[in-house]
Amino acid sequence: MFDLSPEEWTAVALSLRIAVVATIVSLPFGIAIAFLLARKNFWGKSLLDAVVHLPLVLPPVVTGYLLLITLGRRAPLGAFLADNFGIVFSFRWTGAVLACAVMAFPLLVRAIRLSIEAVDGKLEQAAATLGARPALVFFSVTLPLTLPGIIAGMVLAFARALGEFGATITFVSNIPGETQTISAAIYTLTQVPGGDAAALRLVVIAIVISLAALMLSEWFARRATQRLRGE
Amino acid sequence: MLSVTVEKQLGELALDVSFTSAGGVTALFGMSGAGKTSVINMIAGLIDPARGRIALDDTVLFDAAAGINVPAWRRGVGVVFQESRLFPHFTVKHNLDYGRWMRGLKADAKAFAHVVELLDIGPLLARRPGRLSGGERQRVAFGRALLMQPRLLLLDEPLASLDAARKQEILPYLERLRDDARVPMIYVSHDPAEVRRIATRVVRLEAGKVVAEGGVELV
Repeated sequence: MFDLSPEEWTAVALSLRIAVVATIVSLPFGIAIAFLLARKNFWGKSLLDAVVHLPLVLPPVVTGYLLLITLGRRAPLGAFLADNFGIVFSFRWTGAVLACAVMAFPLLVRAIRLSIEAVDGKLEQAAATLGARPALVFFSVTLPLTLPGIIAGMVLAFARALGEFGATITFVSNIPGETQTISAAIYTLTQVPGGDAAALRLVVIAIVISLAALMLSEWFARRATQRLRGE
Repeated sequence: MLSVTVEKQLGELALDVSFTSAGGVTALFGMSGAGKTSVINMIAGLIDPARGRIALDDTVLFDAAAGINVPAWRRGVGVVFQESRLFPHFTVKHNLDYGRWMRGLKADAKAFAHVVELLDIGPLLARRPGRLSGGERQRVAFGRALLMQPRLLLLDEPLASLDAARKQEILPYLERLRDDARVPMIYVSHDPAEVRRIATRVVRLEAGKVVAEGGVELV
């Protein structure tokens, strides 16, 4: 049953690429926003918090449609990016990356934020008395101690990106080899006669990838936690 | 020469403290809740006084009237806290080196070896703080604060988290530290025996005010 057709392989490879790139690209932004929300007080903080969490509560199709009307080819911002920087999202795999990153962002920020809030501020104070300026305190103390949360957030984001369907298909459609991920391929296969066996193969692969990601992250998180306990 | 004049309302406590220290070990002595730790945190730059002035030799660290408030990381004031506050993700050696790294000081193998020997922490260097006893942790914390080459060392009840036997184990190290290092120290404690043994001068605090200043006979 595991003779995947070239099209199915393409969907699997594309899904992995989109999920990995979406996770990695959103990580620095996720850490920055999580830090702002965890440690700073500023005007508009609750608004920022709400906007970050919006993709979690909106129907994915709505998020996808919002992306389409802001960053689509004919949308002002989309046209501006395309004309001036050659950045095109619509109907490209990069657009799928963007849709997945937006959908996964709340989970990423949440996990990292909780983890930053759990870092003992007294250690940061100690670092300051030892001569560390705020940026160095962050990189030498806060960030390393946040590592388990960062790993957890990345796995959640990766899983969310891998499973993303509504926003992606609305924003960049379902083009084999460009934007057709595992989820979209499974959906397509269930719509055509005789596609059941192929759909099942992809389902098994999706389960295997998700389980592997989960176990890998557990392992990383355990090691990181051991380190942080100072053992 | 350290001169401290600080005022701040801290919940129920109206802190209004003024004292000077010309060197040696000045004990801030008083019951818990007298405001000792708050004074230490103000000198270290971790709490801002509402009013007052803190100066170390000819450097003004804080002056409310003049709008001066040097951030903690630029004060060069070492602190040993009650709970060692070692960095759990670094080895003992890296904890000891942290202040030197952050202040951009050159490696000084002689000074490092000297402090390691003084505090007897050579066998611990490769370990992480999670694998140290309470007494060992506190010795490493002394070393970490000394090796940043502070202009002033603040010791905030460094023995309070230890049991009586551990205290007896650490006190000789503290005495060696006092006699060996030329850095002036402020030693916070509520334990008369400890103060008599370590301090050269005593500032006695009660309910946020200085009630007596003088020699160790005050305790």
